[in-house]
Amino acid sequence: MLDFPRWKRVTYWLVALLCAFAAIPSLTSIAGVNLPSVIPQPKVNLGLDLAGGSRLLLEADASQVRRQRIEAMEESVRQRLRDAQPRIRIGDISSRDGNLSFVVENPVQVDATREQILPLTTGAGLTGQRDWDIKVEDGNRFILTPTDAGINQAIDHAMETAIEVVRKRIDALGTREPDIRRLGSSRIDVQVPGLKDPRALIELLGKTAKLEFKLVDETAAPSDVVQGIAPPGSEIVACVDAGACRGQPAIAVKRLGGIKGDQLTNAVQSNDQRTNAAVVSITFDQQGGAKFAKLTTENVNKPFAIILDGKVLSAPNINEPILGGSAQISGSFTIESANQLAIALRSGALPVDLKVVEQRTVGPDLGADSIKKGAIAMLVGTVALMAFILVTYGRFGVYANVALVINVLMILGVMAIANTTLTLPGIAGFVLTIGAAVDANVLINERIREERARGRRVVQAVEMGYKEASRAIFDANITNVIAAILMFLFGSGPIRGFAVVLMIGIVTSVFTAVNLTRMWVAMWLRKARPTELVL
Amino acid sequence: MKLLKLVPDNTNIHFLKWRVPFYVVSVLLIVASLTLTFTRGLNLGVDFVGGQMIRFTFERTATAPIASVRGEIDKLGFGEPTIQEFGKPNQLSIRMRLPEGSEKDPAIAERMSAKIVAAVQAAHPDARLDGNDTVSGKVSGELFSSGMVALLAAMVAISIYIWVRFEWQFGVGALFALVHDVSLTLGLFALTQLEFDLNIVAALLTLIGYSLNDTIVVYDRIRENMKKYRRMPMPELLDLSVNETLSRTIVTSLSVLITLVALLLLGPDVIFGFTLAITFGIFVGTYSSIYMAAPILIWLKVNASSFIPQESEIDRQERLARERS
Repeated sequence: MLDFPRWKRVTYWLVALLCAFAAIPSLTSIAGVNLPSVIPQPKVNLGLDLAGGSRLLLEADASQVRRQRIEAMEESVRQRLRDAQPRIRIGDISSRDGNLSFVVENPVQVDATREQILPLTTGAGLTGQRDWDIKVEDGNRFILTPTDAGINQAIDHAMETAIEVVRKRIDALGTREPDIRRLGSSRIDVQVPGLKDPRALIELLGKTAKLEFKLVDETAAPSDVVQGIAPPGSEIVACVDAGACRGQPAIAVKRLGGIKGDQLTNAVQSNDQRTNAAVVSITFDQQGGAKFAKLTTENVNKPFAIILDGKVLSAPNINEPILGGSAQISGSFTIESANQLAIALRSGALPVDLKVVEQRTVGPDLGADSIKKGAIAMLVGTVALMAFILVTYGRFGVYANVALVINVLMILGVMAIANTTLTLPGIAGFVLTIGAAVDANVLINERIREERARGRRVVQAVEMGYKEASRAIFDANITNVIAAILMFLFGSGPIRGFAVVLMIGIVTSVFTAVNLTRMWVAMWLRKARPTELVL
Repeated sequence: MKLLKLVPDNTNIHFLKWRVPFYVVSVLLIVASLTLTFTRGLNLGVDFVGGQMIRFTFERTATAPIASVRGEIDKLGFGEPTIQEFGKPNQLSIRMRLPEGSEKDPAIAERMSAKIVAAVQAAHPDARLDGNDTVSGKVSGELFSSGMVALLAAMVAISIYIWVRFEWQFGVGALFALVHDVSLTLGLFALTQLEFDLNIVAALLTLIGYSLNDTIVVYDRIRENMKKYRRMPMPELLDLSVNETLSRTIVTSLSVLITLVALLLLGPDVIFGFTLAITFGIFVGTYSSIYMAAPILIWLKVNASSFIPQESEIDRQERLARERS
């Protein structure tokens, strides 16, 4: 017990002081003092509930990824079989039930068909896993089913792109340091510190920004369009409002021959020169500009529809060929909504629709209030507790109290080094950890008292005290770790912050309350050689 | 220096003499709490039922003008708001159901909250917007189920740990004590209708951990004494163990309470419910480790042989061989 080798003493002090020093930048920043920036300054991050700001949880529609994949496959298969030598004719194409099926008209060509589509079904990855399963039924019906591996890869890819687009859009709003990360397979967690009103952001992220230009099918009878019946080769598209399509709720557009608006180099809000209405001016890249020039040259004096996310914004007439590679999108815009659309188009289309499933915003005043009150409660609670421990255990209480102060600094320091986030429940966890950390010292000191009462000599009583109490301390801390781990696994946001504080606190408190005090007690016993204990 | 001694040395209080009446009362309290929880229900926050919660602080009045705010919101025609005090008397939270169609287009919900905020701030310029949460039905369902899973998993995992470290009877006792603590805390929230949100689930998980501290300390001493006094009858042995650890129980409980009371009185208003749950839990947890966790060991017939190294078959044969020769 009294034997504490020098290396052990040095290690203990080093660990304690290093962790405690790491807490200093966090403390000074809360107190509003700036340290010279030459020294490294790990700091505890403040959660949104303390710093103020918005958190959005976005969910991607995974079934949409699957649908898009099947559509793209249909396109590729058609193309490939059309270009095959000799050409392979197929029919009865259907993409229901989550797979793609078609019939090869000439059964002799079944093997040739398989050979043609096989390259389309292998994955791009190195794993050699197939993206699609091919099955042939009734001799000539092909059924292509996307494999789970392929779908998951597609979702991963879509999510990566979506996160990039979300980041660009948030940056365009001029907000600072957003924290954007993927959560689970199809969710994105967005935290924007300092954002007071998330409305503009939600509207912006709610736009997929898939822009299309399609020719209006003028042969469609208005009575059919109202009933949703389109002529062959056309489809019915709803209009955003009655003004968009000259009073009609929907119009028929030709499915093929349109162009997509994803080949843009720029999009800005501007005003129409004649009407002064808010519009969005877009600039195509070279390829897109060429396509747009071709479309407008071939269809002068015909109307075409500007479609955004499956809804017609407007259907103007093509008065003259547009050759310069830039165009105007008109619609019933306000300056604000035109600006939003411009941002959305600039940042690119989202590969998949995103929905806000959870939104939380905390005002900055409330957060500041919470930090102040939390700090005061912690200070008062700690001082009162230390006074109580001092009058109960005397010298041993002093050791416990010093250990307590080091413990507080260590928790803060470890949190700063590990770059964790302090949340509101985390403050409560902090205060609670302080209260519970002294439990170890209480157990030890009570045990020493008991052993003395049984007539053991001072050194042996102290030794027994530490040894016998350790068992209960260990078991009790393990159960707390179990609770904290489950909290971390199942909790979200602030609760996780709380669980992290609890876990760090459990580890540091065992170190300070058991190991450090033991070292101090041992050194004192060796130096003073007391025959009586005041305890 | 004379030190403070809250509990005199060598106390000999017969805690377990009254175990039957205490048990009856406790079981009745558990039943009553659970009945109240299921009949009256908990005041579930938007975390668990979905919807929108808007929080305001009225900076120039002592009490929030609830009636007037209700009137302003009624005029907007979004449906019936649930308005209640939040933290302090001049703070309130307004809870709304999500409007039709907002699962598809979340911007609808945001427009509703924008109108409510504008209406309240127009009528009360001193209203400070503190927070605005929108939780969809899907997410709230997930949060509720994952919260419940976490609670149950924690209770079971901890009991299994106790079973492994001690004996199965101790595991049952610990589980029973935990059920007691959690049920009574749920009952408190059903009774007071304080808002039950995600933070309260964290509080319940915390109090599970800390209530078990006490139980473990008592159990550890029981185990030790069972090895030491093999012939002592169980009730007497349990009393002895509880008495020996009494001083520690009191000092630790007081320590935790000192910090919690500071948090309750001076800490952030937003986590009042959270702190209250833990404070209440510390009380019932201390009680349950003495009156729930310990007596059950008598009824489950724990005996000293559980902790004495058992003679293995090989040892037994060797001993018999030695005795024969």
